[in-house]
Amino acid sequence: MNQRSTATPVAARPPADPGKVQSIWSQIAHDFLRSKPAIFGLVILLIVVLMALFAPYLTPQNPYDLMQLDVLDSRLEPGSQSMEHGYTYWLGTDGQGRDLYSAIVYGLRISLLVGVGSAAIAAVVGTVVGLIAAYAGGKVDALIMRVVDLLLSFPTILMALMILAYMGKGIGNVILTLVLVEWAYYARTARGQALVETRREYVDAARGQGIAQWRILLGHILPNCLPPLLVIAALQVARAITLEATLSFLGLGVPITEPSLGLLISNGYQYLLSNEYWISFFPGVALLLTIVAINLVGDQLRDVLNPRLQK
Amino acid sequence: MKPRTMSHDSVSSAVPTQAAPVLEVKDLHTQFDTRAGRLPVVNGVGFRLEKGKVLGLVGESGSGKSVTGFSIMGLIDAPGRIASGEVLFQGQDLARMDQRALRSLRGNRMAMIFQDPMATLNPVLRIDVQMLETIRAHSKMGKAEALVHCRQTLARMGIPSPAERLKAYPHQLSGGMRQRVAIAIALLNDPELIIADEPTTALDVTIQAQILSEMQQLVRETGTSMIWISHDLSVVAGLADDIAVMYAGRIVEHGSVDAVLDNPQHPYTQGLIGSLPSANQRQRRLQQISGMAPNLLDLPPGCAFAPRCPRAQPRCAQPPALVPAVDAGVATPHATAQINAAPGTLHTVRCFFPGPAPDLSRSAA
Repeated sequence: MNQRSTATPVAARPPADPGKVQSIWSQIAHDFLRSKPAIFGLVILLIVVLMALFAPYLTPQNPYDLMQLDVLDSRLEPGSQSMEHGYTYWLGTDGQGRDLYSAIVYGLRISLLVGVGSAAIAAVVGTVVGLIAAYAGGKVDALIMRVVDLLLSFPTILMALMILAYMGKGIGNVILTLVLVEWAYYARTARGQALVETRREYVDAARGQGIAQWRILLGHILPNCLPPLLVIAALQVARAITLEATLSFLGLGVPITEPSLGLLISNGYQYLLSNEYWISFFPGVALLLTIVAINLVGDQLRDVLNPRLQK
Repeated sequence: MKPRTMSHDSVSSAVPTQAAPVLEVKDLHTQFDTRAGRLPVVNGVGFRLEKGKVLGLVGESGSGKSVTGFSIMGLIDAPGRIASGEVLFQGQDLARMDQRALRSLRGNRMAMIFQDPMATLNPVLRIDVQMLETIRAHSKMGKAEALVHCRQTLARMGIPSPAERLKAYPHQLSGGMRQRVAIAIALLNDPELIIADEPTTALDVTIQAQILSEMQQLVRETGTSMIWISHDLSVVAGLADDIAVMYAGRIVEHGSVDAVLDNPQHPYTQGLIGSLPSANQRQRRLQQISGMAPNLLDLPPGCAFAPRCPRAQPRCAQPPALVPAVDAGVATPHATAQINAAPGTLHTVRCFFPGPAPDLSRSAA
């Protein structure tokens, strides 16, 4: 791609500018913003996140409050006027008479909560497990990595279905399920990275300074393992959101009274053939935009943080 | 050869030679168990190092000089291990000390400086973080006080505007600056012993000279003892009090700088001195020691240097011991007599046929 070639001269930056001391993070931010698609993704993502955060202030209706729903308003076309409340359903309504715009913004909340929440917890769990495997070595390492192999060789959706079928619906259970199926990715990467870093000379130097092993592991090795983990985390957020949408679409995710994007799509699915496309279409577009934005950001993060492309 | 200006008198007169040494290594054996067999990387090394003295540990790559340094620091990892011998640091045997006690000494009473300053500083941590870690590992100093100490130590290593450097990441500093920072980290807790593993090899010659003179000054001011590991005789000549020449895991010649460099007895030492480019005469082919360093898995039964040695004879199939150098028939009898009469390290050599070098390298040395 073109943005990659424009990102290459990064290596040519002056090694020591005595005047100003720039932190690694501001450099990463600078490199990140070289790509137009990444900026586009970031802007979309910011809008999505802000909308989700301030949903109650941006929507005419709380779609989860059954008292505010009017069955007479069900399945109205985009742009219709509400009979009772006096506002316009810009994106139409669904089968329960929910304003689709409100439902989408609230649905984004659930999707982002599930995506970010599960990715964050899985990142912490997986990284810790991976570091333990790399540090302990031997049998502990072998045992952990065989479990990881097992998880990674199993179809994710099948495993998620099994776990959810056993535990039942609910946002908490969905997050837990996603953590269970996703921590293995982080564990494998963290272990591999930690094994590489452990052999670097700065680890010897740190030992030569008499710093305790656990401090070296957490304070010196872990920060060097973070870049690839960050990239995985960014892409896993998108994966988790899709997976949640899939699970909800299949009826095993969130409860029907608090629809996420996937459940909204599922609800509208039955009306697609009767030309009431909007019930599925607009949540689908919202989902698509979110996923594309996250992936654009994640891809650029990968390019910026990949040491092989840098030097 | 560079002039050897390090003043021995000032140091040796301040410290009586009979005092207990800071470090005494006795018959150290460090082995690495590999698939191909057991590698005797350090094979019976022994020396004494007194307070304020600098020992130059010299040898080719693979001669075991770095592993000797790592063994003293207790940084040998599996598959390597210290098989036998003693490392007496201020009377305590480090070779038998548990990891916890060893860790409280490392970076505190003894410190190590590594070869590559690019690799020894953690790339993602700021200099202040890395320095504070070392202080905190060994003392309860408060953060503000510790930062002042960091700044002072950086300034001591000749780093301009240390407060600013503290906020920098390693990649924002030049190579020489990075090595100064690495040395400053080693100095933070005022160690009694510094092991420097080729710390100037990766640097420009000009930077190398600056750092060498700073180290020289430092040793003189603080009375720190130092082991300077290097393959570069000219660097060691300017800095060290004593030289130990290593070959295939053994010390083959040991003595004061003057004795070893002016009057090398072992053919290997003579070869090293002769192969210095500066020892070469213009228009003449550069000298080299013929052959290659031996495979440690397949050492010759006697003297390890015998296959490359111009003086090798059937007797060299027996292992030679490290014996006092016999200085008969030396070109400069006066100098040698003086050196061996002075208190200090006895000039010893591990060879059945020691003696001055043939004319060619003699004139060069």
